[in-house]
Amino acid sequence: MTTMVQEAPVDLVRQHQVVTALRAFLPESSILFDHEDVKPYECDGLTAYRQVPMVVALPETEEQVCRILRTCHKMRVPVVARGAGTGLSGGALPLGNGVLLSLAKFMRIIEVDERARTARVQPGVRNLAISDAVAPLGLYYAPDPGSQIACSIGGNVAENSGGIHCLKYGITVHNILKLRIATIEGDILGIGADALDASGYDLLALMTGSEGMLGVVTEVTVRLLPKPEYAQVVMAAFDKIEKAGQAVADVIAAGIVPAGFEVMDQAATRAVEQLVKSGYRTDVAAVVLCEADGTREEVADDVRRVQHVMEKSGAVQTEVSRDEAQRLRFWAGRMAAFSAAGAISPDYYCMDGTIPRKRLGEVLRKITGLETKYGLRCANVFHAGDGNLHPLILYDANQPGELERTEAFGAEILELCLEVGGTITGEHGVGVEKINSMCVQFKSAELETFHRVKRAFDEHGLLNPGKAVPTLHRCAEYGRMHVHRGQEKFPDLPRF
Amino acid sequence: MQDIIDKLSRLIRDAAAQKRPLCIRGGGTKDFYGGPVHGYKLNTGDYRGIVDYEPTELVITARAGTPLAEIEAALRQKGQMLAFEPPQFGEGSTLGGCVATGLSGPRRPYSGAVRDFVLGVRILDGKGDDLRFGGQVMKNVAGYDVSRLITGSLGTLGVLLEVSLKVLPLPVSETTLRLKCTEAEAIERMNRWAAQPLPITATAYRDGDLGVRLSGARVAVEAAAKKIGGAPVAPAQAEHFWTGIREQTDPSFAGDAPLWRLSVKSTTPPLALPGQQLIEWGGALRWLKSGADAKTVRDAATRAGGHATLFRGGDKTIGVFHPLPPALMKLHRNLKQAFDPAGILNPGRLYADL
Ligand SMILES: Cc1cc2nc3c(=O)[nH]c(=O)nc-3n(C[C@H](O)[C@H](O)[C@H](O)COP(=O)(O)OP(=O)(O)OC[C@H]3O[C@@H](n4cnc5c(N)ncnc54)[C@H](O)[C@@H]3O)c2cc1C
Repeated sequence: MTTMVQEAPVDLVRQHQVVTALRAFLPESSILFDHEDVKPYECDGLTAYRQVPMVVALPETEEQVCRILRTCHKMRVPVVARGAGTGLSGGALPLGNGVLLSLAKFMRIIEVDERARTARVQPGVRNLAISDAVAPLGLYYAPDPGSQIACSIGGNVAENSGGIHCLKYGITVHNILKLRIATIEGDILGIGADALDASGYDLLALMTGSEGMLGVVTEVTVRLLPKPEYAQVVMAAFDKIEKAGQAVADVIAAGIVPAGFEVMDQAATRAVEQLVKSGYRTDVAAVVLCEADGTREEVADDVRRVQHVMEKSGAVQTEVSRDEAQRLRFWAGRMAAFSAAGAISPDYYCMDGTIPRKRLGEVLRKITGLETKYGLRCANVFHAGDGNLHPLILYDANQPGELERTEAFGAEILELCLEVGGTITGEHGVGVEKINSMCVQFKSAELETFHRVKRAFDEHGLLNPGKAVPTLHRCAEYGRMHVHRGQEKFPDLPRF
Repeated sequence: MQDIIDKLSRLIRDAAAQKRPLCIRGGGTKDFYGGPVHGYKLNTGDYRGIVDYEPTELVITARAGTPLAEIEAALRQKGQMLAFEPPQFGEGSTLGGCVATGLSGPRRPYSGAVRDFVLGVRILDGKGDDLRFGGQVMKNVAGYDVSRLITGSLGTLGVLLEVSLKVLPLPVSETTLRLKCTEAEAIERMNRWAAQPLPITATAYRDGDLGVRLSGARVAVEAAAKKIGGAPVAPAQAEHFWTGIREQTDPSFAGDAPLWRLSVKSTTPPLALPGQQLIEWGGALRWLKSGADAKTVRDAATRAGGHATLFRGGDKTIGVFHPLPPALMKLHRNLKQAFDPAGILNPGRLYADL
C-alpha cells in the first residue's frame, strides 16, 4: 500500500455538469458539493487514505439510485457506494472526479417474516438494528462484526463481513437469501430467491464480498436464526502463545465447534483492561475465549469438555462465565479491542490475514520478530476458530516515517500469511489498502479473470474503479519494488 | 499428476481453437442432470486423490476425479463428514461432479449447501489456463468469490481440478422421529421447529409421514426429542430412510413420470399440482413426480418465491432450468464469455445459449 493523503483539485466545470444533471431528479438536500459538506466523506475507517469526492449524492429511493447510476453511466462519471463508512480497507474511499453514492438514508426494515425467519431490509440498516428488531421474536441475524452498532448491512454484503460467531454460524454469504442490485446502467436485478437456492449461476455469492465493484445493493433479504437457549464462555489463560494456538487446534480436534473462539495476546489484554474491566489476566502471554451455545444440557457438556481439553493443552487457568452478565463482560473486552488499541496509541493499523490454524504459533512468533525489525509495537487479537488474525500495529502518524514503516510491516505480515498457505484478507476486504498484496496472492491470469468478471457487470469500469483488483501494470510496478517472496521462496507451495 | 493437467489443458486449447464443444465428465453418475450433453468427452476421472486433509483444520482438499465415496470414507475415519450430504446417484460419483452440479442432501437447510462449504477451487478455464481462487482457509475475501460462482455452474465456466471443502465433526448421537400428520401440518411444523433452537438436521414428509432427524450431543438430542414427540425410528431403518431421500431410491421417486425439483419459500402451503410429492428441507424443497406441463409447474414455483427444475426424465427441449429474466440472462452470457470465450465448455448443459 502506498499512502494517499491528497486533495486533487476538483474540476469545477465537470462538477457543475454532474450537479446539474442530478438536480433534474434529486432534491437539493440530496446533493452535496461544497467543500465543507463533502469533507466528512473523505475517508472510511481506514483514515490513512483521504480524498474528498467531487459530488456526494444522498438518494432516498431505489428509483433515485437507478437514475444517479444511469446519469453517471451516461456521463462516464465513476461512482463509489458508501454505507456507514466503517470499512477498514478504504473500499469506500471517494474519487476526486467521482460521485460518492451514500446509502445512509436507506434505513428501513421493510418486512419481517416471522414464520419464514427472514427480514427484508434496506442497505443502510445497521447490522445490530436487525437483531434488535427481531429480538422479541426470539430471532437474530448471526454475523456480528465488531462494528455491528455502526456498520450497514449493504456494507456487510459488499465486504462479506464476519464476526465473532462465524465459525459456527457462517459469514454474510451464508446468512443472506436475496438481493436487489442496481447495475451501473441503472437497471434493477433480483438475485437469489426466497427459496434456499436460485436457478443459474450463484450470483448471490459472487455479489457478496465484491466491494461495490459489480453493483449497488438496494435491498437485502437476510436469514434469521433462533437465539440459542443458553451460552457460556470458557476463559483460559496461557503462559505461551503457542500453547494457546495448540489449544485451539485441540478443541476442534475433539469434535467441538464452538460458537465463538477468540485469542488475545498480552499486548491486547493489557490495552483492553485499561479501557474495559473484562477480568482478563494481563500477566499471561495469551487469553482464549471459547463460547459454547445450545440447550443448557448441551452447553454444560461442551463447557466441561472445552475446559478439560484446554487444561490438557497447558492452560494455567480456566474460568467459566457464571451468568449472562459475566459472559457479556468477557466479550466486552474482545469487542473493544480496536478501541483499546486506539486508546493506548495515537494510531493503529489493523491487519486481516487468515492462516491455517496450525501455523498460528509460528506466525505470531514471526510477527514478534517483525516488531523489532520495524521498531513498532503490535497487539494481536484474532478469530482463532477460523484462523483470522487481526494484528494491530500501533503507530503515530505524526512521527515522520512511522506510517511508511507501519505499511511495510503490514505488507510483510500479509506475505507471511501467504507463505503459510493463507490469504491477505479474511473479512475486511482488499479495498485500496491491500491492492498491492493482491499481486502476490494471485497470478496475472487470475487477476485478468477478475477484471473480466468486473467487465461482465460494468463494461466501462465506473463502479468503484481502482479498488480490490490491481491492474497488471500496477503489479509489474510493485514487482519491481518488492521481491515476490511468496513466489520466489516457495515456488511450489500451494497458494490455495 | 501435472501431466494429466497438461493434457486436459491442451485438449481445451485445441477445442477452443476449433470451437469444438467439450463434455466434461467425472464418474458419469449425473449425466441425466441438466440439458442434453454433447461434444467430445473430457474425462476428469484420472485426476484423482486426496491432496491434503488435516482434521484439526476442518479442511479437505482433493482432486476433482476423486470418488465421493473415498472422500467420505476418509472423513468418517477421523470422525468428520461433508455436512451438505451430497447425493452420489450411483457408483463412481466424483467430487468434481458434486461441486459442478451443486446438489446437496437432506442436511442442507440446517448446515448449508455445497457452495457454503467450498473454500477454494483450482480450475482450467475455457482457454486452458490453470487458475486458483479462494483457498484452504475458513475466511477469504481476496478477489471475487469465483469458487462459489463455479459451484453449481455445471462445468460451463471451467473444468474443476481441485476443490477445498470445509468439513465438520460427525454428530455424537442421532435420532429420527416419525410423526403422522397432513401435508399442511407438516409444513407448519417444519417451519415452527426451525424458529426454535432445536438440533434438527433433516426433515422429510411423504404420504402422511413426517420424518425428523435430530443430531448432536446426546443430552440435546434427547431433550429435543421430548419436545418434538412422535415415534422413534430404529437406527438402521432411519439410515435407510434418509439414504433413500438423499439418493432418490425412496419409493416416492419411483415411476416413469418426470421428476421436478421445486425450490420454494419454506412456508409455501401445499402446492396444488397433480402427481406425487415429497417435501424436504424444512418445506423449502418439493419433489414432484408428475406429467403436468412445464408452465403449470414453473408458474407454481415462481408464485412460491422460487424456481423449478426438470430434474429427471421428461422433455428436455422445454429447458431443464427455470428461465431467467432477460437482464439476468445477459449477465450470465457475459460471465460465460469471461471464462469461456469460445463457448466450448458443456454448452447447453445449463441454458441453451450458455
Ligand atoms: C471497530 C471496527 C470493528 C470492525 N469489526 C469487524 C469485524 O469483526 N468483522 C468484519 O468483517 N468487519 C469488521 N469491521 C469492518 C467494517 O465494519 C465492515 O467491513 C462493514 O461491513 C462495513 O460496512 P459499512 O456500512 O461501514 O461499509 P462502508 O465502509 O461504507 O463500505 C464498505 C465497502 O462496501 C461498499 N458498499 C457499501 N454499501 C454498499 C451498497 N449498498 N452496495 C454496494 N456496495 C456498497 C463500499 O463501496 C465499500 O467498498 C470493523 C470496523 C471497525 C471500525
